[in-house]
Amino acid sequence: MKIYTSIYIKQIILSLTFTLVTHSLWAQEVDSIKVRTAIDTTKTELNMDAVYNRPFLNFKKLPVALGGYLEANSIYSSEDGVSEGLSFQARRLTVFMSASISKRIKFLTEIELEEGGKEIAIEFAALDVIIAPEINFRGGIIMNPIGAFNQNHDGPKWEFVERPDVAVNLLPATWSNPGFGIFGKMHQDNWTLGYEAYLTNGFDGSIIDNEENKTFLPAAKANGERFEESNNGQALITGKIALKNRTIGELGLSYMGGVYNKFEEDGLTLDKKRRVDVFAIDVNTTLKKFDTYIVGEAAFVKVDVPETFTQQYGEKQFGAFIDIVQPILKRNVLNWENATLNLAVRFDYVDWNIGSFNETQTDIGEDLWAITPAISFRPTSQTVFRLNYRFQEQTDILNNPAAKKASWLFGLSTYF
Amino acid sequence: MKSIINICFLAFLILGFLVSCEEGLIDAPQENEILDGPIEGLTTAQQIQFLNGDLAFSDVFTIDEGLGPIFIANQCLSCHPGDGRGSPFVRFTRFGQSDSSGNQFLDLGGPQLQHKAIPGFQPEELPDGAPFADFIAPPVTGLGFLDAVSDADLIALSDPNDSNGDGISGVPHWNSIPDYVSLRPNSVQQNGMYISRFGKKANSYDLLQQTAGAYNQDMGVTSLFEPHDPLTGLEEDPEVSTQVINDVVAYLKTLKEPIPRDQNDPDVIVGKELFTQIQCAVCHIPTLQTGFSPIEAISFKEFHPYTDLLLHDMGAGLDDGYTEGYAETYEWRTPPLWGLGLARDAQGGQLFLMHDGRATSIEEAILLHGGEAEQSKNNFIQLSELEKEQLLKFLESL
Repeated sequence: MKIYTSIYIKQIILSLTFTLVTHSLWAQEVDSIKVRTAIDTTKTELNMDAVYNRPFLNFKKLPVALGGYLEANSIYSSEDGVSEGLSFQARRLTVFMSASISKRIKFLTEIELEEGGKEIAIEFAALDVIIAPEINFRGGIIMNPIGAFNQNHDGPKWEFVERPDVAVNLLPATWSNPGFGIFGKMHQDNWTLGYEAYLTNGFDGSIIDNEENKTFLPAAKANGERFEESNNGQALITGKIALKNRTIGELGLSYMGGVYNKFEEDGLTLDKKRRVDVFAIDVNTTLKKFDTYIVGEAAFVKVDVPETFTQQYGEKQFGAFIDIVQPILKRNVLNWENATLNLAVRFDYVDWNIGSFNETQTDIGEDLWAITPAISFRPTSQTVFRLNYRFQEQTDILNNPAAKKASWLFGLSTYF
Repeated sequence: MKSIINICFLAFLILGFLVSCEEGLIDAPQENEILDGPIEGLTTAQQIQFLNGDLAFSDVFTIDEGLGPIFIANQCLSCHPGDGRGSPFVRFTRFGQSDSSGNQFLDLGGPQLQHKAIPGFQPEELPDGAPFADFIAPPVTGLGFLDAVSDADLIALSDPNDSNGDGISGVPHWNSIPDYVSLRPNSVQQNGMYISRFGKKANSYDLLQQTAGAYNQDMGVTSLFEPHDPLTGLEEDPEVSTQVINDVVAYLKTLKEPIPRDQNDPDVIVGKELFTQIQCAVCHIPTLQTGFSPIEAISFKEFHPYTDLLLHDMGAGLDDGYTEGYAETYEWRTPPLWGLGLARDAQGGQLFLMHDGRATSIEEAILLHGGEAEQSKNNFIQLSELEKEQLLKFLESL
């Protein structure tokens, strides 16, 4: 939940963070009471498990686990020859806590502080009631399972400083809403089938009326009121099916849709109901022979934009990314066991406005592509140093000569 | 071996910190390849206001910020991408006036048709029987120089009675002006009218009138200067501040003039001579002089816009039956030709020329000239293919 004004909640979270840090320092002195659950977070089960598949500090006699991660980087970029110079960014500090309330009831929350605490978001805070592996109940603030990145977005899991464009500039990662739903998994031999289905609050009119001047689903993130009430009394439906074979990889198909506009108020009809529908596919696999890890995601968005509104806001959108990560060295370095050096590359593509102009029947622009070669070093699977070079071209709506941007990024991200 | 690997790791970290170097970054385009950017010689204060105006020019109006309810576009840049000319995507229609008696359709939404509407509202439709013309927006570069040409110079360029017998009789647009504009130094009055010079019909006196009118008629945004909502006609609280409007006006005044390219190319040199020979330069005057301007970088400067800022009879083919102010329906202000060669970069790689974008090439635009320009068009037709190519190459170099 984006909270911009509530000093009270900020104080609570900062106090909580302080408590965690001081507790952690104190815990160094009495290490015997805690156990670090170290897991290789680069190898998840299903993407839907990512929220729990994190390294936690477990306290032996307490049913509580703590964790978090930090992302920071330097950036030097220029766009069409204009550079802002060198900057350092502390993009996010995320703290997560989980608790086993009883044998079949678990709670987990993820609180993110961005831009030095300027933005505080409760990205996840849900109660899970474990009924059976095949069917479980979840309620609270959930991360809508559209694509894979929205649920599996922890910085230390990725070799790139920037998040994929399709995830954050087409889809609204990290996209959380209050709601309820069910999820479950079924296993047979090497196969795992998982599903999730939720009803939540959702989007609002800002997706076609925003300062980006394009249909922009992330614009709805700014509306914190969605955590208090629905914009229009219509639930956003999100569902996902994921299939994983232990030797092949994972394939996910997801859908998210609902009415986004406020179509009536106080019994008066303001507009017809207008829908936004999102379809996504995500894949990840490891080529065993070369140990090459490949992960990608594509999304198609369809929005009912009023015919009389400006074509600046597109009715159809598409975006995709693919990461290819190749470990080139895995051995002990400075006493780090199995430290890994990776070469990686990411391809990004987003078209915010698919179609042609009514007036000229020529193609509408408003698209972006980018390529990001990267070198990353992981002293452990939970900490990554990454050096990225990103080159992107972005056209305006008229398809005028693309704005070219190049960036050097050096950053670190680590669980703690 | 182990130490080598450790050194490699340290080198990786050091490399990371050294990426502050500019290797691999994007070079700036040449100044003559782009339209945007400030004129040289601005003071620090003027540069700051230029930057503020630049931001406001690209600012997107949302519904909450006052867009509409009926409108044409939601930001200045939509109609003037890259500070260049508009495209049919944001073509707009004005209607309601066919002679100097004024607009007869003001109570039916004139003078501009807001053909888009925010959700829940209906856009305007052209009233039956209303005279109208379509328009695309002009480029906005170098406007400060055009603004600073003295009225006396424009009067000197005019030839209302064609006293020199060349068939060309440009006239200033003597027009009434809104209360909120400030007269430029040494402005000339004639029967209570002043020379207006901006817009396709030269209907706007200055850049403040042009800007406040655009916020109101193009975006449905009210201001202290134009406080009436285009839909209701009612006076509303300002939706854009006076400071923002002033910043945008300052930005428009201090946008640099387009810089010509390839001026030493032999074909361009010949083309430039042909431009004068076939009398294009009688209306598209290559060089003008500014008078006094409070912006020193503009004051008393020679510049090359290829316009006379006067109204000319352009013939029946370009007479849409609609007019503004006291211009005739067949009269159009000579558009500046500077920046013509960069028009494609603002129009999606295509060309849409003339007042409504009806011409998709420079040659087609020339052939659409009539009236006072009929002879120049015929002179162009009689050129050899090589000469036509040279003339077009010159125009592309502007």
